[in-house]
Amino acid sequence: MSVAIIDYNSGNLHSAAKAMERAALDVGAEQVIVTNDPEIVRTADRVVLPGVGAFADCRAGLDAVPGMVEAMTEAVKERGRPFLGICVGLQLLAERGLEHGVTDGLGWIRGEVERIAPSDPELKIPHMGWNTLQTAREHPLLAGIPTGEGGLHAYFVHSYHLKPADGIDLVATTDYGSTITAMVARDNVAGTQFHPEKSQRLGLALLANFLKWHP
Amino acid sequence: MLKVRVIPCLDVKDGRVVKGVQFVDLRDAGDPVEAARAYDLAGADELTFLDITASHENRGTILDVVRRTAEQCFMPLTVGGGVRTVDDVRTLLHAGADKVSINTAAVNRRAFVGEAAEKFGEQCIVVAIDAKRVSKEGEENRWEIFTHGGRTPTGIDAIQFAREVVDLGAGEILLTSMDRDGTGQGFDCALTRAVADAVHVPVIASGGVGTLDHLVDGIREGGASAVLAASIFHFGTFTIREAKERLAEAGLPVRLDV
Repeated sequence: MSVAIIDYNSGNLHSAAKAMERAALDVGAEQVIVTNDPEIVRTADRVVLPGVGAFADCRAGLDAVPGMVEAMTEAVKERGRPFLGICVGLQLLAERGLEHGVTDGLGWIRGEVERIAPSDPELKIPHMGWNTLQTAREHPLLAGIPTGEGGLHAYFVHSYHLKPADGIDLVATTDYGSTITAMVARDNVAGTQFHPEKSQRLGLALLANFLKWHP
Repeated sequence: MLKVRVIPCLDVKDGRVVKGVQFVDLRDAGDPVEAARAYDLAGADELTFLDITASHENRGTILDVVRRTAEQCFMPLTVGGGVRTVDDVRTLLHAGADKVSINTAAVNRRAFVGEAAEKFGEQCIVVAIDAKRVSKEGEENRWEIFTHGGRTPTGIDAIQFAREVVDLGAGEILLTSMDRDGTGQGFDCALTRAVADAVHVPVIASGGVGTLDHLVDGIREGGASAVLAASIFHFGTFTIREAKERLAEAGLPVRLDV
């Protein structure tokens, strides 16, 4: 079993890889590969797209790796491999991003990525720190993870979020002066706005669930 | 609901923790990675390393520390100290830092903040501001940026500077009162409030924590999103848990997962 973490020059792949390796220890040996080789992504058993920074930069970075979008699309859409997008990696699943102009996303989840707009102007942006999750529906990636106000916390750092056009794609939200998208999923594709690789217990449990996920 | 963050800060010199961490039995109290693990287990919300390595040859030691910490601690890590170029930022982020804090280099050349934010995203660029009160008793409050550990005045107004670096792309401000740092008398809450009200990004209050009530004051009076402290945690005066419980008693939202 191999997990490909896509390297497209976007920030901190090291911690995503290390957290995935740790989660893999609990689930049984899996090979975690950080790669910019489309061929490895095409044939991987699971694919992870991390991402930090601005939507347009990340999209440009992904497009700058020849054949990567095609390889991801083949692995996910044709081979049905489980896919996890993290932070901007989730946002890229949308049809469009609205950060610094309009940029096309992958369009795997219908909807746009827009700036978060807390009703209380006192609230700081970015939404940075630990927050709890409210589930919109059950999902295998959240199996066994306590959610709700008394549940475990996830670590967020973002100013934009994906507003899914189809309510069914929404898995979990978080409250920051308004309802913010925390997790989306459709078929074998899932994404978290928070950083599981930085979310201690909740994060490692979610990554272990991802490695066990058979959509 | 978003929680208030409690952040221990470790001074690291030549790859070793300055003064050591004494709150738990560590095999090696001077190993930053062991200290980081202990804080991770204790429920710290983030961790900050401040690299105070003086010699250029030893500048690389922090990278090894960051790399080893990121392998073991799945919590957010901020690294600062001597960050001068976009390459410095990149190297630290690739080693496993989540945020990089820029101090003197931002004072010397503000545009650097914008260049770093554009390259790596605003969310990972922290600007560390060291400020001292320069207004006299009875005058309107005024704080100035100081460099070199509070010895060198710059003539730059701290509040104005905070606004400028946030406009350039700083995603967070780490604000240290050089009047209070090391005194145990509590944050300069008027300074914290002035900066927190001036910018739309989170402000971390730092400098002067001696009691747990000081942490409450930093959030309540200062309007900070997070509180940073060093010695009260390192010397075991208070645990992270005790700090969070006091914040919770004061009605502030905290994370008590661990």
